[in-house]
Amino acid sequence: MSERIPVIKTPKVYVGGAFIRSESGRTFPVYDSGGQFVANVPQCTRKDVRNAVEAAAKAGPAWSARTPYNRGQIIYRLAEMLEARADEMTGVLRQFAPAWTSAAEQEVAETVDRLVHYAGWADKYEQVLGSANPVAAPFFNFTLTEPIGVVGIIASDSAPLLGLITQAAAAIVSGNTVVALASDSTPYPAITLGEMLATSDLPGGVVNIVTGYRKELIPTFATHTHIRGIDAVATGDDATALRLGAADSVKRVKVRQPDIDWSSVSNESVYEIRNFVDFKTVWHPIGA
Amino acid sequence: MAVTLDPSEKDSGSKDEKKKHGHKQSVPELIFGDLWEYDPAPETADPRIRSRYDLFIGGRFVAPQAGECFASINPATEETVTEIALASAADVDSAYVAAQMAYETVWRNMPGRERGKYVYRIARLLQDRAREFAVAESIDGGKPIKESRDFDVPMAAAHFFYHAGWADKLAYVAPGRTVEPIGVVGQVIPWNFPLLMLAWKIAPAIAAGNCVVIKPAETTSATAMKFAELLQEAELPDGVVNIVTGGGETGAALTGHPAARKIAFTGSTEVGKRIMRQLSERGTRMTMELGGKAANIVFEDSPIDQAVEGVVHGIFFNQGHVCCAGSRLLVQESIAEPFIRKLQQRMESLRVGDPLDKNTDIGAINSREQLDRICELVESGVSEGAKLYQPSCSLPSRGYFFRPTLFTEVTQSHRIAREEIFGPVLSILTFRTMDEAIEKANNTMYGLSAGVWTDKGSRILRMAAELKAGVVWANTFNKFDPASPFGGYKESGFGREGGRQGLLDYVELS
Repeated sequence: MSERIPVIKTPKVYVGGAFIRSESGRTFPVYDSGGQFVANVPQCTRKDVRNAVEAAAKAGPAWSARTPYNRGQIIYRLAEMLEARADEMTGVLRQFAPAWTSAAEQEVAETVDRLVHYAGWADKYEQVLGSANPVAAPFFNFTLTEPIGVVGIIASDSAPLLGLITQAAAAIVSGNTVVALASDSTPYPAITLGEMLATSDLPGGVVNIVTGYRKELIPTFATHTHIRGIDAVATGDDATALRLGAADSVKRVKVRQPDIDWSSVSNESVYEIRNFVDFKTVWHPIGA
Repeated sequence: MAVTLDPSEKDSGSKDEKKKHGHKQSVPELIFGDLWEYDPAPETADPRIRSRYDLFIGGRFVAPQAGECFASINPATEETVTEIALASAADVDSAYVAAQMAYETVWRNMPGRERGKYVYRIARLLQDRAREFAVAESIDGGKPIKESRDFDVPMAAAHFFYHAGWADKLAYVAPGRTVEPIGVVGQVIPWNFPLLMLAWKIAPAIAAGNCVVIKPAETTSATAMKFAELLQEAELPDGVVNIVTGGGETGAALTGHPAARKIAFTGSTEVGKRIMRQLSERGTRMTMELGGKAANIVFEDSPIDQAVEGVVHGIFFNQGHVCCAGSRLLVQESIAEPFIRKLQQRMESLRVGDPLDKNTDIGAINSREQLDRICELVESGVSEGAKLYQPSCSLPSRGYFFRPTLFTEVTQSHRIAREEIFGPVLSILTFRTMDEAIEKANNTMYGLSAGVWTDKGSRILRMAAELKAGVVWANTFNKFDPASPFGGYKESGFGREGGRQGLLDYVELS
């Protein structure tokens, strides 16, 4: 009997609930931490980003219209999916990141816990962030939050899974949808994450992940009018380019430093959710 | 004479209802015309405006280093009101030095309960001198005295009073986090509500423990400088609030200063974008309160007479120099004709003229430049095919005035339906269904405010949810309160002013 030849998976990115290659047909090779070739991942283009934004924009209204309870359950389900596949994800992280098994295990565990944390906020943040306002006239006046729409994420290299999920969970819990650019040095965990997203109950288009080069794609993230907010791990020229492009459509940009400690529970906060909501104040007269 | 619906009646579009509205055409017209002479009722309190104002830096009035100044014009008479110092980059720098010093040595470390007392003092002193400030505001900016007296100045005082009370309660602003001031904040405000915008900016900033460098608009600095006198009376520690005056160059020096830990801007979307680009490298924290093109949506079941008043107030308040003005009227097709007729009748009775006259409804346009812009946009409305209506009122022979104006037969592509006019010009569009109203209302790059007029509660709540705007006024319009967060969606900006949400934009969390 000859030895069985394993079937190698072709990495595809998860956009609009489907697994796709770049429209350009381009790929770039990724190597494991030992320098061994692993696979060719899609080198997504500006057009791919625009397509992903379209998918995110299309998914937005239905996602934000779900009840907070339902969004919470779906994000919790995602945690369940990741926990169940923790071994696979740990293996992927260990393969690419120069991390010991325990560090990879820890990153997966913390990612699961972070999802559980944000799942719980879904039906609570409104009561912390919103308010009934005691105005000095006979009006019923209240302020509530609304998702801003599509949030662009430029993910971390240092924690390619935990960082990405921290950014994405805080954005989608309030009803936003996300287009994320995976770490360009370690994109593979995000490819695997896409496969887990697909088996969770998260509707297609709510989280879209592209792989590719930051330098090439950051200007599109910055200037795309339908991306209403950006959460980026970036420094120097990248950070400046994001803010500069964002000015064209008055979008808010949150820039995080690459040395951020993603493990810290300070990343679990209702104020992370607040970054990407709009406040709406409604007035109505009180009377007959 | 509100149209009240029998609750048992079905809501929209019933034939009975249309008939009902049809019957309401016989309302007698109020014709004032030239039936009798109008006796002016001018407000005569002394505004106590000095002939020249220096910069307010480190608690003192200091002459600008280059010695330059510019004239502030009364837009109703085109006469010079006062001379205002022109701050250079060097002056702005000394203002930041003073602010930084005050922040580090006094303000940051002062217990909130003590800091709050200063802010209360400011509120009280402003109330004491309210009439004087109101007259000064109307002279310098052109707004009717009834608005500066009954709205701008009392609301400015209310903002200080409200935020004063927060100073020792900041722990409740952000549950679960520790709150600290940001540091020195740079602020730039517009000319439409000079004193009120100053209060919106300064009150939350200093209550939260920040120090301020603020620049009022070039054409409306007088009340800001009077406010500086008031700060001296309040014995606010030197440097906590610094006021520099000038135009765009001064503004750019202020927003680009490296000591600014945050920039708070209210003004046009165009300038807001410019500031965002200017700060792209430094990544300074910002809040932006920018332009608007609000839809005021009137459904056929709305209380018609109240809605007419609301629409008039929505667009003609403060000559339409309001970022959240209801400048697009969306009226349901079934009632469009009688509604517009009533609107035109109501416009006939608006008094345009001397801002200091207590009966004036519409005062002077703030500047020649703004008047030119309004004229240009109104001409574009005519040339693009919309139908113009203006009442027959007379205008003063001098000063910058513009007749209240409405356009019918407006399409969504017309410039007057897309661009912020910032003047007393209403563009009217119609709709048939709620979905169409939502679609049209949201079809704009702006998202500051919106109005909805209907008797149906569930419709109000759905509209409030669907309209992409930071403030939704239902069966009312242009209402403001220090406890009520204000600010925009989309290209109308980000960040809020007022309430707990606004205060959170003036603190650092840890």
